Amino acid sequence: MRITILQLFLHLLLLFGFSPLLSGVIGKTKALFTGRVGPPFLQLYFDIWKLFGKGMVISRTTTWIFRAGPVVGLAVPLLAGLLIPFGPVGAPISFSGDLIFFVYLFALSRFFTACAALDTGSSFEGMGAVREVTFSCLAEPTVFFVFIVLARLSGSFSLDAMFGQTLAASWHTAAPSLLLILVCLFIVTLVENCRIPFDDPTTHLELTMIHEVMVLDHSGPDFGMILYGAAMKLFVFGALVVRLFLPGTTGNMALDILLFIGGILFMAVVVGVIESVMARLRLLRIPQLLVGASLLSFFSLILLLR
Amino acid sequence: MDTISNILLLLVILLNFFLLGSSRLASCIRTIALQGGILSLLPVLAHGFSGHTLFLSTVAFLLKGIAIPYLLFRAIRQVHIRREIEPLIGYVPTLILGTLATAGSFIFSGRLPLIPEHSQSLFVPVGLATLATGFLMLISRRKAITQALGYLIFENGIFIFGMLLTEAMPLMVEAGVLLDLLVGVFVMAILMHQINREFSTMNTDNLTSLKE
Amino acid sequence: MNFLFLSWLVLGLGACAAALPWRSARITALLGGGSAVLGCVSGLIAVGQGLVAERAATFSLPWSMPGGSFSLRLDGLSAFFLLPLFIVGLVGALYGTEYMQKEKACLHWSWYNLLLVSMAMVVTAANGLLFLFAWECMSLTSFFLVITEYNKSEVVAAGWIYLLATHLGAACLFAFFLSAGAFCGSLDFASFQHLNKLTGPVVSVLFLLLLAGFGSKAGIFPLHVWLPDAHPAAPSHVSALMSGVMVKTAIYGLLRMCSFFTASPVWWGGLLMAIGITGALFGIAMAAMQSDVKRSLAYSTVENVGIILLALGFWMQSRAAGQHVVAALALAGGLIHLLNHALFKSLLFLGAGSLMHGSDSRDLNRMGGLMCRMPVTGLMIVCGGMAISALPPFNGLVGEWFIYRALLESGAALSGLGGFFPVMLVGCLALVGGLVLIVMTRIIGIALTGVPRSPEAAEAHEAGWPMRSAMIVLALLCLAGGLLPIQLLRVAGRAAVLLDPESAQLFAGQVITPWWLGIMAFLLIGALLAAFSFNRWRQGRGTVAAASTWGCGFAFPSNRMTYSAESYSELAQSGMFCSCLTPKSKDGRTIGFFPIRRFFVFTAPDPVLEKFFKPLFQRLADYCRRCCRLQSGNLHIYLLYVFCTTILLLFWVGQR
Repeated sequence: MRITILQLFLHLLLLFGFSPLLSGVIGKTKALFTGRVGPPFLQLYFDIWKLFGKGMVISRTTTWIFRAGPVVGLAVPLLAGLLIPFGPVGAPISFSGDLIFFVYLFALSRFFTACAALDTGSSFEGMGAVREVTFSCLAEPTVFFVFIVLARLSGSFSLDAMFGQTLAASWHTAAPSLLLILVCLFIVTLVENCRIPFDDPTTHLELTMIHEVMVLDHSGPDFGMILYGAAMKLFVFGALVVRLFLPGTTGNMALDILLFIGGILFMAVVVGVIESVMARLRLLRIPQLLVGASLLSFFSLILLLR
Repeated sequence: MDTISNILLLLVILLNFFLLGSSRLASCIRTIALQGGILSLLPVLAHGFSGHTLFLSTVAFLLKGIAIPYLLFRAIRQVHIRREIEPLIGYVPTLILGTLATAGSFIFSGRLPLIPEHSQSLFVPVGLATLATGFLMLISRRKAITQALGYLIFENGIFIFGMLLTEAMPLMVEAGVLLDLLVGVFVMAILMHQINREFSTMNTDNLTSLKE
Repeated sequence: MNFLFLSWLVLGLGACAAALPWRSARITALLGGGSAVLGCVSGLIAVGQGLVAERAATFSLPWSMPGGSFSLRLDGLSAFFLLPLFIVGLVGALYGTEYMQKEKACLHWSWYNLLLVSMAMVVTAANGLLFLFAWECMSLTSFFLVITEYNKSEVVAAGWIYLLATHLGAACLFAFFLSAGAFCGSLDFASFQHLNKLTGPVVSVLFLLLLAGFGSKAGIFPLHVWLPDAHPAAPSHVSALMSGVMVKTAIYGLLRMCSFFTASPVWWGGLLMAIGITGALFGIAMAAMQSDVKRSLAYSTVENVGIILLALGFWMQSRAAGQHVVAALALAGGLIHLLNHALFKSLLFLGAGSLMHGSDSRDLNRMGGLMCRMPVTGLMIVCGGMAISALPPFNGLVGEWFIYRALLESGAALSGLGGFFPVMLVGCLALVGGLVLIVMTRIIGIALTGVPRSPEAAEAHEAGWPMRSAMIVLALLCLAGGLLPIQLLRVAGRAAVLLDPESAQLFAGQVITPWWLGIMAFLLIGALLAAFSFNRWRQGRGTVAAASTWGCGFAFPSNRMTYSAESYSELAQSGMFCSCLTPKSKDGRTIGFFPIRRFFVFTAPDPVLEKFFKPLFQRLADYCRRCCRLQSGNLHIYLLYVFCTTILLLFWVGQR
C-alpha cells in the first residue's frame, strides 16, 4: 500500500509539475529550426498562471455545457494519468480491463469539448467539433489494436502490466510488431494532441484548425484549465510512447525516473522537429493517414497472430 | 541472416501498403524500384554467397531496381501523366482490402503443410501477400501504367516464392522469368504509347471497345 | 407470481376503465396512467421476488385451445426481462399523462396497458400457443399505439410497414412453433427440451426460422426497416417502450428458444456476430445522417441491437468452443447492455419527446438553444447521450466493457483464424463507438446548444413535472448502473444461470468482476468535482462578462450560418461511409452572380427498404395482381371453387 501512495504522489507530481514543460520544449525546438530565440521553456507555466488570475468573458448563447468542457478536459487526463505507468513508476490504479476505461475516458473529454464548442453557436467552433469527433473516431481502432498487441505480449489486460516489466523481453521476441505499434502510437499521440501534421495549433486561420478553434471562446481560468488539461494529455500519451520506446530498467529508481523524463523531453524534441519540417496535411488526407495507421497496427497484430 | 531477411520482407509488405495507398505515379515507381532492390538482396541472404545467388541478385537488381523503373519513368514522361485520378476502387478501400488480404495470407500460410524450416520464415506469407497486392492493383486501377505496376508487384511476389526454391530452380528458368518481365514492360510501354496516341488517354477501359 | 397477476389485473381494469367514454381527457389519463403506474409497481415487486427466488414460480391452468395450456413460468430469465419492462412502463405512463394531454387520445391508455400486459405475458409464457397469443396481442396493441395520430398519412404508412413486418415475422414463428410442437409432441416449453435430440439440417432450418421471426421484431439488420419509421410516428413514451422493451422481448424469445438447443453449432454464433456487427455499423451510420431526432434514435436502436446480438453470438460461439471465461464475459456483456439500453434509450426517447413538446418539431434543424429554455430536459438528454456513448460514469460503459473484454480476451489468447475475427470485431466496435459519439454530440450540439434555429425553438417551454420526473428517474438509474456495476452483473447473473450454467458460475467470482469500474466511476466524479471547485474558486476573483460569440471578424452572424444537422455529419459521411448509404440531396447550389431563392432538400431514406424490400414487394404485388383473374365477381364461379376445393380435400383425406 505504501508503494501505491508513493506512486500516486510521484504521478501527481510528474503530471502537474512536468506536463507544461513539454510545450516549452516543443516551442524551443521549433524556434531553433527557424533561427529564433523562442519563448522560454516555462512559457506555458506563465501563461496558465496568468490565465488563472484573470477574469472571464463568456458568450451570451452559452450554458453550463460550455463551462463543463474545461472541467472535464482537466479531470480526464488527470485520472487517465493514474492508470498508466510513468516509466519505472507503476500505475497507482490498475485493474484488468482498465485499457477500455482509459480509451472511454478520453472519449468523455472529447464529448464535452465538442459540445462546449457547439454551445457557442459559432460555425467555426462547430467545424472544429466535427473534425475532432470524426478524426478521433478513426483513431480509436488504432489505439485498441496497439493495446491488443501489448496485451497479447504481456498476457494481461491492465495498462500497468502491458507497459510493465515484460515489455523489455518482448522487444527481443516481437521487435517488428512493437516497432510498428510504436509508430502507430506516436501517430495517435499526434492526432489526439492536435499536433502537426494533423492540426496546426499556431495557425492564424480558424478554417484550418481543429482543436484551437474549438476553444476560441474560452477565456480566463477556463482557458487556463484547457491548456493545463491539453498539456497533461500530451504527457500521458507521451508517457506511453516513451515507455514503449524505453522499456528497460537500470535497477536504480532515481536513475530510471531521470531516464524517463529525459525520454519524454526527447519525444517533445521529436514532435518539435516534425512540426518544423512538415506542413499540415490537407484535410482530406488526414482520414487516409488515420486509416493507414489503423491498418498498420492491425498488420502488426496479424504478425503476432500467426 | 534470417532476421535480416525477415525485416526486409516486412519492409516489402509496408511498401505494398504504400503502393496501394499512393496516387502519385512517380513515387509508386520509386517504391517499386526500392522493393525490387530489397528483393534482389534476398537470394544472397537466404542462401549464402555463391555464384548462382550472386548472379541472380545482380541481374534482379539491374532489372528490377534500375532498368524497369527507368523505362517506366521514361514512359510517364512521354505521356505526361503524374497521378492516377479515378481508380475503380478508392484508395482507402483498396488499402483495407490489401490489409485483409495480407492478414489472410499470413493466417493461411500458417495452415499450409510446409516443411519445418520454412514454416517459421516469412517467405510464404509475404509472397502470397505480394501476389494479392499485385492482383488488387490490377483490379482496382485504370491507367495502363498502374496496370504495369501491378504486374511488377505480382512478379515480385513470384520472385519471393522462388526464393524458397532457388537451390532447386535452374538458373535459366529464373533468368527467363526476369527476361519475360523486361519484355513485358517493353510491350506495355509501347502499348501505352499507342493507346495514348490512338485515344489520347491512358485508360485501359478504352480497350473494351476492341471486343468484337 | 401473485403480484404479477395483481399487476395484470390492475392493468386490465385500467384498460377497461380508460376505454369508457369519460367526459374529460384528464380522467382517462388519470385512470389509464394511474393504473399503469400501479400495475408496474406491483409488477416490479413480482420481479424482485423472481430475481431473489431460488426456484422458478410456475402456474398452470387448462385452456380450451387445442395444444394450448395457460401455463406461466417466472424464472430468472423472465424476471430479468420483466425488470426493464416494468421500469420503462412505469416512467412511460407517468410521462404519458402529461404528454398525451394535447392529443386526442381515445383508447390510447387501453392499448398502452394491454401492451404492458401482453409483453409481460410474452416473457412469462411457458406454452408455445400462449406465447404466440401474447406475441400477437403485443404486435396489435403496439400497432394501434403507433398509429395514435392516424390522421397523418406518414403515420399510417409507418404503421402498415410495421404491421407487415411484424406479421411476416410472426409467420416464421408460427412455422417454428408448429414444427417444434410436432416434434416434441406438446407445445409446452417443458417438453421443448426434446429439441436437443434433433440433428441434421432440420435444426438449422428451425434456427433460421427463429432468427427471421424474432429478428423482424428485434430490428436486426436487414429486417429493421419498420423501426426507423414506426418509432418517430408513435408518441414518445410509446417509442421508449417499443425501443427499450418490446424490441428486447424478441431477444428474449431468441434466447429462450436457443436455450433448448444446448449443443448449438459454431456457425450460429458466427452468423449472429456477422449480422450484429453489420447492423451496428449500418445503424449508427444511418443514425448520423437523420435530421429527425427520433429517427436518429431509432437507427441507434438498430445499432444497439446489433451490439447485443454480437455479444450473444460471441457467447454462443465461445461456449461451443469451450472457452468459459470468454463466454461468461460475452454473455454478461450482452445481457447488461440489453438492460442498459432499455434504460438509456427510453431516457433519450422521452427527452426527444420533451424537446418536440417544447419546440413543436422533430427536426433537429428547427431546434437549437433549447438548453437555456429546457434545462432539465437538456441535462437529462446529456446524461442519456453519455450513457449511450458508453462514457463513464454512466451504465453504458459497463456492458461495452464486458463485450470488449470478451473480444480482447479471446483475441489475445487465440492465434490464427480464431484470433483474427475477435480482433477485427474490436476494431469495428471501436469505430462504432466513435460514430456513436458523433451521433450524440450532434443531437446535443444541434438541438440543445447554440442559437435557436426557428421561432418556435426560441419560445420553447420546459416540460411539466410528470415528464421531468420520468426522465430524472431513468437518468438516476443510468447513473446508479454506472456506479454499482456489480449489481448489474448480479441481476444479469440470474438470467445467465438458465442460459449457460457453466459460465454463470464465473459471474460471482473474481475473474470477471467489474468492481473496479464502479470505483473508477466514483473517482471520476471526485476528479470532476475537484476540477469544478477549482474552477469556481479561480472564477471568484475575476469577473464574468457576457458578450457575443467571437465571430472571427464577421460582424453579422446569423443562426442560418451555424452548423446544421446535415453538415455536422457531412465529413463522416463523405469520408467514411460506403457510397450505398449516400443520402439524397436536391438543389441547394447557387449559380450566377446575384442571390436568388434556393431550396435544399436532404433525405436519408433506408437503403435496405428502398433498394431491396420495396422492389421485392412491388414485384410480388405485380405477380399477385395477375392472380386477380380468378376473382371474377360471379357468384356461380365462386361456388364452383368451393365445390372443387371440397372434392380435392375429400380426395386428400381419402388418400391418407
